[in-house]
Amino acid sequence: MDTNELIRTLAADNAHRAPRVGAVLTMGLLVGAPLSILIFATFLGVRPDVMSAMHNPFFDMKFAVTLSLAIPAIIVSLHLSRPEALMRGWGWLLLLPVGLLAVAIGGEMMMAPAMPMTMRMVGKNSRVCLSAIPAMSLPLLAGALFGLRHGAPSRPALAGALAGLLSAGLAATLYASHCTDDSPLFVATWYTIATAVVTAIGALVGSKLLRY
Amino acid sequence: MVRARVRGREDEWTGLMRSAMAGDDAAYHRLLKAVTPVLRATARRGLARAGQPPDQAEDIVQEILLAVHLKRHTWDSEAPFAPWLFAIARNKLIDALRRRGRRVFVNIDDFAETLPGETPQETASAGEVTAQLNSLPQRQRDVLQSIAVESASIKDTATKFSMSEGAVRVALHRGLSALTAKLRDHQ
Repeated sequence: MDTNELIRTLAADNAHRAPRVGAVLTMGLLVGAPLSILIFATFLGVRPDVMSAMHNPFFDMKFAVTLSLAIPAIIVSLHLSRPEALMRGWGWLLLLPVGLLAVAIGGEMMMAPAMPMTMRMVGKNSRVCLSAIPAMSLPLLAGALFGLRHGAPSRPALAGALAGLLSAGLAATLYASHCTDDSPLFVATWYTIATAVVTAIGALVGSKLLRY
Repeated sequence: MVRARVRGREDEWTGLMRSAMAGDDAAYHRLLKAVTPVLRATARRGLARAGQPPDQAEDIVQEILLAVHLKRHTWDSEAPFAPWLFAIARNKLIDALRRRGRRVFVNIDDFAETLPGETPQETASAGEVTAQLNSLPQRQRDVLQSIAVESASIKDTATKFSMSEGAVRVALHRGLSALTAKLRDHQ
């Protein structure tokens, strides 16, 4: 087929309209979410003292941190699904959860803590945290990668890493309602390690899957 | 002088692409025709710089055109068209050179500063697309060949194969998607 013939063929297909990347990403996440929720409902569940925990600002802070990771990661991943997009000017969005955590840690330092610092950091749930967040992330990560595959990222590994960040952020939001460790030091340590694992998986798979 | 010409050309492309996205098939055809010589010249230069024969340029041009077509929903119609086009072209050129065992740096400016007329306006047949075309399912291949080679319209193609026009459109789009996936994955 010569190039003129190819061009004629492409022009004949001009009427075909593909959905926006955001729509496909939403669909992918909506397909993955029930699986993650199923894992949550089967193995974890909401902590029994959730009603009183809600009055603890450090419990609420966990959701602010995880959502401030998930939502900006969704926004940046959609931005990067355009081939000419650069990270410049967008990277700071991903620092929001880091800033929130720093403020929370500072806040906790100023209060009279019930437990010593190392105990707050180590907590009681680190092992569950390290397995539950990645496990609940995987269905969301698959959905996110499916959605972003519809885009045209110039840096597939980076786009995959963002898929990892956003799915870890969403999974951590679920996990936060189960976990009884509310210290920002615990969150900064174990949530971060779990998120890093998922991000690395996303980058690895993305580098293959998100090439177009 | 060159800058002004390049800017005028790029504004024209953006206008054509907007019309194309609004459903103007002729504008889309004109746009693809207009960008092809620029893509070809840059592909040749990239190959030459990597020490590769320039006769493979047409394969790369066709891959870029397919990617442009299948990813055009990622173009923001408020943004200029050229940076989007060159980002896709650069990506595909790097991929193609890497497949041939070369790592080279490809600058966006290679595209932006290429003016048509620097290379002959020929249109060579490319081996890779043709080869992959033969591995498509029968129906997709028939439809693609009818429209590409025999320049039949969708309507005529539908009549010829006793298909509905909708079915022709579906086979056409699926065929182009499958072709692109095969080109990407067979290396």
